[in-house]
Amino acid sequence: MANAFFANWRQNIIYIGFVVIFLVFAVTLADKGFLNPNNLLNIVRQTAMIAVMAIAMTFVLSAGEIDLSVGAVAGLATVTVAMGIAAGGPIVGVGAGIATGLAVGMFNGWLTTRIGIPSFLTTLAMMGIAKGVAMWISATAAVPILSPGYSWLFGGGNIGPFPVLLLWMAVLGGLGHIVLRRSGFGRRVLATGGGETAARYSGIDTKAIKFKVLVISSLAAALAGMLYAGRLQSGRFQLGEGDELSVIAAAVLGGTSLFGGKGTVIGTIVGALMIGLINNGLILMGLEFSQQLIARGGIIILAVALSQKRS
Amino acid sequence: MSTSAAAVRMTGISKTFGGVRALDEVSFEVMPGEVHALLGGNGAGKSTILKVLNGVHHPDKGAIEVGGMPLSTHSPEASRAAGIAMNYQEMSLVPTLTVAQNIFLTREYRAGTGLIDDHEAEKRAADIFAMLDVFVDPKALVGDLGAGQKQLTEIAKAISQDAKVLVLDEPSTALAVSDVERLFVFLRKLKAKGVAIIYVSHRMDEIARIADRATILRDGRHVITAPLSELPIDTMIEHIVGRRSKGLSDVERGVAVKGDVLLELDNVSGRHKPENVSLTLHRGEILGLAGLLGSGRSSLARVMAGIDPVANGEIRIQGRAVIIRKPGDAIAAGVALVPEARATQGIIPDHSVASNMILAVIDRLSKGGLVDTKAANDLTDAQIERLRVKTASRDHAVSTLSGGNQQKVVIGKWLATDPDILILDEPTAGIDIGSKSEIIRLVRELAAAGKGIIMISSELSELLTACDRILVMADGRVHQDLPREALDDSSVPADDLAHRLQAAEQRLQIEIQKALAVQEVSHG
Repeated sequence: MANAFFANWRQNIIYIGFVVIFLVFAVTLADKGFLNPNNLLNIVRQTAMIAVMAIAMTFVLSAGEIDLSVGAVAGLATVTVAMGIAAGGPIVGVGAGIATGLAVGMFNGWLTTRIGIPSFLTTLAMMGIAKGVAMWISATAAVPILSPGYSWLFGGGNIGPFPVLLLWMAVLGGLGHIVLRRSGFGRRVLATGGGETAARYSGIDTKAIKFKVLVISSLAAALAGMLYAGRLQSGRFQLGEGDELSVIAAAVLGGTSLFGGKGTVIGTIVGALMIGLINNGLILMGLEFSQQLIARGGIIILAVALSQKRS
Repeated sequence: MSTSAAAVRMTGISKTFGGVRALDEVSFEVMPGEVHALLGGNGAGKSTILKVLNGVHHPDKGAIEVGGMPLSTHSPEASRAAGIAMNYQEMSLVPTLTVAQNIFLTREYRAGTGLIDDHEAEKRAADIFAMLDVFVDPKALVGDLGAGQKQLTEIAKAISQDAKVLVLDEPSTALAVSDVERLFVFLRKLKAKGVAIIYVSHRMDEIARIADRATILRDGRHVITAPLSELPIDTMIEHIVGRRSKGLSDVERGVAVKGDVLLELDNVSGRHKPENVSLTLHRGEILGLAGLLGSGRSSLARVMAGIDPVANGEIRIQGRAVIIRKPGDAIAAGVALVPEARATQGIIPDHSVASNMILAVIDRLSKGGLVDTKAANDLTDAQIERLRVKTASRDHAVSTLSGGNQQKVVIGKWLATDPDILILDEPTAGIDIGSKSEIIRLVRELAAAGKGIIMISSELSELLTACDRILVMADGRVHQDLPREALDDSSVPADDLAHRLQAAEQRLQIEIQKALAVQEVSHG
């Protein structure tokens, strides 16, 4: 029926939009190497960190919360990982990165669920705190990473023609998809965001769910930071700066509701890839940075507007 | 009566939604100074015709006249300008503004300086309330008011716009009996001032008391318009349902077979309410909680279901003391609550029937952390069939179902936990009469199958039809423990079911009022 198609069309706008934009770039930018496999893999490399954070953000948004601190936490993690590696080698570095994510996430979760500060404010404050700590402990200087093994696994390496970053994205995406769609935890996350009271009355510990999604989000941000650090072989507080907006945009573009109760990890990954695609195309077009920002904003608004249900 | 004097005349209104005919050549006329009840089951077309009247929907066919003037444009603004004010079921007040600010929202009085003059607004608001002989503090924040006062504020807002036609959609749902009384006094005054009032309600007793005429719709068609004097409650129900068999008075009562003691409460108190409640519930028994809004019935239900904490006292289930701190504890102990506010506490409206149905048993359906989709679907299908839920499929959002079917989904969700004790808080609120008797029958079946049931309802006829025993509550305490037979009037012939029910309802009403009097004495 025409109606059903119309509804589907809105729901699937992200996939249609992705294909349309890809085709437009493939035709108009053919002579600038857009379709070159190297360019396409580069898009993946540039998108992976956003995608990793956006997978976790899908859970946070689905539970009716938000995490604005992801970019800053990624930046902080690049510094703690680099300092850890400098002090005790790659294992200590990875441990330091995970500990960073865990500590921030538990603090965010505790403030949000026990003290009752909305996650918007908790994580907004955490954004500043994480950045401040990163600047302070690194004295605002880049911390080099001199471990080729670490750099290979976290961001720099390739397996055959494929970047390791693609593997990270694919594995975490698959895992996130199954957990959100099929696991009891995923059902509880969606129920908490869809109707918190009804979920609580049904015996779901909604506070524990919110705590867990905020911890997952910070852990994912720390991992993204570790990938940044590996790829650039250094830790610096500026890495990941402003990523929270791309991360939230990727999830929302993919069809996750900002108001909770509805989310899809596959959509989120396509949303992240679409943002990467747009960035790449605009650069190849030779647009200035200022023009890129404007064009990117316009395309995101258009896509989200088209995906909204009309009443 | 001259025909040109109608406050509203809708002629031959038809409206189709995607192939479904919601209204089929419906005509509807309301005179100035009358309370006109609009009745019909869920899906009869009541809301559609009201939405056509207030400009939300465009009719496919038909004409509307307001006060003799044809309404040519269909928009909420045009309807409002023509003098139609609608009082929505969901309140349209801003909780953080005062009563006066709400009444004059977007039409604020301005002082000479051009700044908003709240003082003047408060004076005018007070005038409106004084005219209607009720007291609501114009300076109070709406968020601090009780449901009754909010409702009066809503209506004051409507009449401050000089409405000629006032549409009230289920105005009494959230009101206590005394507030309903006040609302009726208020409506009678409005009526005397020539305002036409369209009153939508599922509560026949109220309609019998307030309405002058009634129009009944069924399946999008006009069935009858007649003065209330020609429409006794049973006749109204007959027209609404289309056949007589679904009236409450026809639900088989039967004799309950009481089993072992299932649940005992020993001087249980909540933080505020309930206070020192003791009760016993047997297998196979339906225990009713009667009382007004605020009498502590729902608080008691929430305490038993682990939503509000137990402050004092002991709960025993099958002889063993249990500690219920959170909903999960109650579920584990075999207690399930079908809560009062279906839309927020009962269902997740945007999620599918299946998602809602498995919400309380996710763990049982999971293997290695993953939900077994087949088991979840089987469970959902079984409940859909058992409860006769009308839904296009298990994957449709619950919000697409009618109120009665949404409630069945909530009941199904809880039956899936296989509870011994089922507590139902206003299970039939906002549900059409056909679905109501269906739910009451279901409750009786569940009791017959050995469950213990506690039922709360503000519709006394429902309690009397369903329950074996009724506790009368007021101010958080239990005042009376009455077996159902004690409320029967032996002077009414046993085979005149409708009459017998009515007589019992009167007796129960008296008991509730007595409990209130005791409360006043003990506090006074």
